[in-house]
Amino acid sequence: MDRIKDLQAIASQVRRDIVRQVHACQSGHPGGSLGCADFLTALYFEVMQHDTAFQMRGSNEDVFFLSNGHISPVWYSVLARSGYFPVSELATFRQLNTRLQGHPTTHEGLPGIRVASGSLGQGLSVAIGMALSKKLDRDDKLVYVLTGDGELQEAGLGSDDVCCHHKVDNLVVTVDVNGRQIDGDTNSVLSLGDLEAKWQAFGWKVLHMQGNVMSNVVNQLHEAKNATRQGLPVVILMNTEMGYPIDFMVGSHKWHGIAPNDEQLASALSQLAETLGDY
Amino acid sequence: MLSAYESKGKKATRDGFGDGLYEAGQNNADVVALTADLLGSLKMNKFADAFPDRFIQTGIAEANMMGIAAGLATGGKTPFTGTFANFSTGRVYDQIRQSIAYSHKNVKICASHAGLTLGEDGATHQILEDIGLMKMLPGMTVINPCDYNQTKAATMAIAAHHGPVYLRFGRPTWPIFMPEGEFTIGKGVLMNEGTDVTIVATGHLVWTALEAARQLEAEGISVQLINIHTIKPLDHEIILDSVSKTGCLVSCEEHQRNGGLGDSIAQLLASKQPAPMEYVAVNDSFGESGEPEALLIKYGLGKDNIISAAKKVMQRA
Repeated sequence: MDRIKDLQAIASQVRRDIVRQVHACQSGHPGGSLGCADFLTALYFEVMQHDTAFQMRGSNEDVFFLSNGHISPVWYSVLARSGYFPVSELATFRQLNTRLQGHPTTHEGLPGIRVASGSLGQGLSVAIGMALSKKLDRDDKLVYVLTGDGELQEAGLGSDDVCCHHKVDNLVVTVDVNGRQIDGDTNSVLSLGDLEAKWQAFGWKVLHMQGNVMSNVVNQLHEAKNATRQGLPVVILMNTEMGYPIDFMVGSHKWHGIAPNDEQLASALSQLAETLGDY
Repeated sequence: MLSAYESKGKKATRDGFGDGLYEAGQNNADVVALTADLLGSLKMNKFADAFPDRFIQTGIAEANMMGIAAGLATGGKTPFTGTFANFSTGRVYDQIRQSIAYSHKNVKICASHAGLTLGEDGATHQILEDIGLMKMLPGMTVINPCDYNQTKAATMAIAAHHGPVYLRFGRPTWPIFMPEGEFTIGKGVLMNEGTDVTIVATGHLVWTALEAARQLEAEGISVQLINIHTIKPLDHEIILDSVSKTGCLVSCEEHQRNGGLGDSIAQLLASKQPAPMEYVAVNDSFGESGEPEALLIKYGLGKDNIISAAKKVMQRA
């Protein structure tokens, strides 16, 4: 239980980092970032075995890919708070000459990033390639990838079939099911239908997660880990709230890609405990 | 020197790719290969049979194949993707741009059935824009070898080179005339010394240009013939040295005028050594069904077109 409280405290600081990054440059994507803060905190601080002395190949460590690259603020915060690069560098987010580009990239040499993302629907394919590479190397560590739900509208790429056909069972895909995208609710823009039935039809092991309940996030990530190496690829349908838990942001697609003003920043920060010290 | 390049039989450039891939796979255990349902067309059977664990069939899903290749490269492998040139570039440009080029992945994008000589399948498959698309990507190496031997050697050379590469070759059987095993990325091949006109060709049109050069020489015109297999990075020295002698140049390629080898040469000449130039290339047009040789003639890429272009550019010099 203490461990869950520790993780919640880290996630609170991560959320402060998110809104402060986006506020400072008056651009970026706070909504999805806030919703995924618990997940990424649990992944990096509890579940994955990874080395902050970054090596691109990721040999003998778990690796993570972010397919929905626009939620870079949460990833940058978690990477910095894990020790991949100085926390102070978060102040450079989206500024000229920064390593913290608007969307994540390997191009500027930021430790922790293994492929550029931003144009949607590519992260799963890349993660499959990394998982296949680990199998060729008899490396028993896992590959994790996070994708948005709206991003699944980029369908027809064949990645779902490949995973089953080639038994990519060292891969854990998490879908951030927040039901929101730029133009509105996912159900009104282009309904995704029954995601569980769809992934099951492709032959995946499907798990569910309450993505904004830390104890459930940790439990389900361990469940997912236990489900790997059994011949099936694993997907977690993670329910989150966009903007969670900031009262004026939560559950609205409007906070997908806009920055808070000074007053909104102050309000958001008043709702998030400063646990590890602001950068 | 032209006599050194007699035809020693015919084979498709894609056969050179298949054989080169197999040898690269034997030499280097990190070489892996992927195809999107075109195993036989790309002549990848030998590799797939010899190294089944290192061969990945992605099905008809080229975008996914490019992403998987990027992931394999991240894990330290040297992936070769194999599909038609059309599906290797235009169809998957965004995946290549973001996950491979911008991300500096060591992926070899190997593309068969490029250009008009694909033949009867027609314009949907005859991509004539791929060199332009790929050379515009920062950090991308673009190679278009001319025969079986050069394609095989190029395939082995790119396996040993670190960085993203676009390797373009074709469908039809074509004369084999280059020596075996010789290939240096970025270094053009001087096939004939001459003083009146420079002819620079890439891909299948190197053979056509060779035939044109023989006829021009027989007519008393001295031709400097250059085989440019690497369009990017372009061998500046071999072109500038030649044009400083001849004062004019003809570029020959199975591609649109816009964005191809000719444009790269024009950019070089305009900035370093202005000289008149003629393009032998497709003029802002899609292709159509037909036999390869007939298509080359209809679209102005035949031997006679090269000869006319050489005479024309000499008058402008």
